[in-house]
Amino acid sequence: MSRVGTLMGREFRGYFATPVAYVFIVIFLFLTGIFTFYIGNFYERNQADLEPFFRYLPWLYMLLIPAISMRLWSEERKSGTIELLMTLPLSLADAVIGKFLAAWAFTALALALTFPLWLTVNYLGSPDNRVIAAGYIGSLLMAGGFLAIGSCISALTKNQVIAFVTSFVICFAFNLSGFPIVLDFFRAWAPQALVDAISSFSFLTHFSSIQKGVIDLRDVVFFSSLIAFFLYANMLAIDAKKSS
Amino acid sequence: MDNLIEVTELRKQFGNLVAVDGVSLAVKRGDVLGFLGPNGAGKSTTMKMITGFLAPTSGAIKIGGRALTDDPIAAKARIGYLPEGAPAYGEMTPAAFLDFIGDIRGLTAMQKAQRIREVIAKIHLEGVLNQTIETLSKGYKRRVGLAQAILHDPEILIMDEPTDGLDPNQKHEVRSLIKEMAPNKAIVISTHILEEVDAVCTCTAIIAKGRLVFSGTPGELEARSRYHNAVTLTVDTSHAQAIEEALRGLQNVEAVERARHGDAVVRLTALPQNGHSIFTSVQALTQRHGWTVAEMFVESGHLDEVFRAITTDTRPSLAGEQK
Repeated sequence: MSRVGTLMGREFRGYFATPVAYVFIVIFLFLTGIFTFYIGNFYERNQADLEPFFRYLPWLYMLLIPAISMRLWSEERKSGTIELLMTLPLSLADAVIGKFLAAWAFTALALALTFPLWLTVNYLGSPDNRVIAAGYIGSLLMAGGFLAIGSCISALTKNQVIAFVTSFVICFAFNLSGFPIVLDFFRAWAPQALVDAISSFSFLTHFSSIQKGVIDLRDVVFFSSLIAFFLYANMLAIDAKKSS
Repeated sequence: MDNLIEVTELRKQFGNLVAVDGVSLAVKRGDVLGFLGPNGAGKSTTMKMITGFLAPTSGAIKIGGRALTDDPIAAKARIGYLPEGAPAYGEMTPAAFLDFIGDIRGLTAMQKAQRIREVIAKIHLEGVLNQTIETLSKGYKRRVGLAQAILHDPEILIMDEPTDGLDPNQKHEVRSLIKEMAPNKAIVISTHILEEVDAVCTCTAIIAKGRLVFSGTPGELEARSRYHNAVTLTVDTSHAQAIEEALRGLQNVEAVERARHGDAVVRLTALPQNGHSIFTSVQALTQRHGWTVAEMFVESGHLDEVFRAITTDTRPSLAGEQK
């Protein structure tokens, strides 16, 4: 097994060594249920699709993903295990990617456990399962984006609470960057080009097109490059903070 | 050219603080280097640089003859490292932790199983293998860290305070383990316990305020003591005054120190000038006068006294003597 794989396996099992994994999964499933059936009016809409589920997922992720990512590096720094990890024969990129992949696999597992929703909708009607599949792919990409942001932030602090709150705020900004709440903040002083650029970073916009069943290359590139960018920033953050 | 570790003019600066300032070291196979210094002197920072955790501000590190920066991963593969405080993943059991280290060190399944078995037996971890590390006592945590460091049987072993927090029996075990491994490895241990130097080290380096202030064998270190070759006599209190004066009169005796030792006896220590051997003349003196001496022995030197003298006085002349 490769070193990245070994590290990823350790990290992934680490989630299940403590109650964190179980609590997270239960709460995630519970909240997706509430959003889909009560707030999303799944039955009243009378349509065989998972739109009510996917519509609220970015908000749920914004809150829950920082809870997974907050411990990724701040815990290593606080307990000193970062010194152990960084003196093992593996590169910084290996370590960052291994830990990220473990967290991503964990969110994928939580996402996969929403399959009863898919069963329900197929039992009640005949939905376009290709649209649903696209929605799941989009959700996974979006989760990866949030995780990469959270992982990078957690490398900057030893304090998990700070990591959580900061990641939450940044994820919130990325969710809404196409909306007045964020754009008005920049419009007052930034050039139009920057405002346009910021508005194109909206997770909601990119996710909603995928979720409608259109896997546009631009959206995939957006999420992939965002993940790559934040993981790279993550490496720089670890290097810069190692000595403190 | 068989220095496994070669460090030249190593320097590390954190902002305005110079943590390590021009340290040079060389460690051969078979050497156990005792790295001494007061807390905050730069021992841990130096070790963090040698193991590739921190990048030096300037200076060169060679591991097995190759620059560390050439291929850090290959260098790290040859090193076993016990970081300060023996950090480990608390939620894992020692068994799972060692298994993980074995995998990431690239051991094959068979090597791994065999090495884990050997290391567990050597370090006595049998009893706690399936308990999570966070629930272990400080001594066991340290042993898990030690097991992790030697699992891949590295040529180079770097341990930051390996016996800190251990009870005397455990300290003894760890020291025996180090001595047992010493012939085939280059070992660096940092400590502020001076008895450790006598117990296991073949050479010592003392660092203070980031600068190397001494390097040599433990014997050379002792030779720097005012007490090196001093003669201590335990005598009856009634004779003490006369003996003390007679000792002062001897050739090559610099001073005589007196310490109460029990009710009726006094301990006198004659300090030699420039480390001369004065035992025979002291012995002749006692015989000539027919004094009854309860005990009489030659001091080899007080390490703690040398340590204090060297580390609180960091004039450049002392560092200059290294060359």
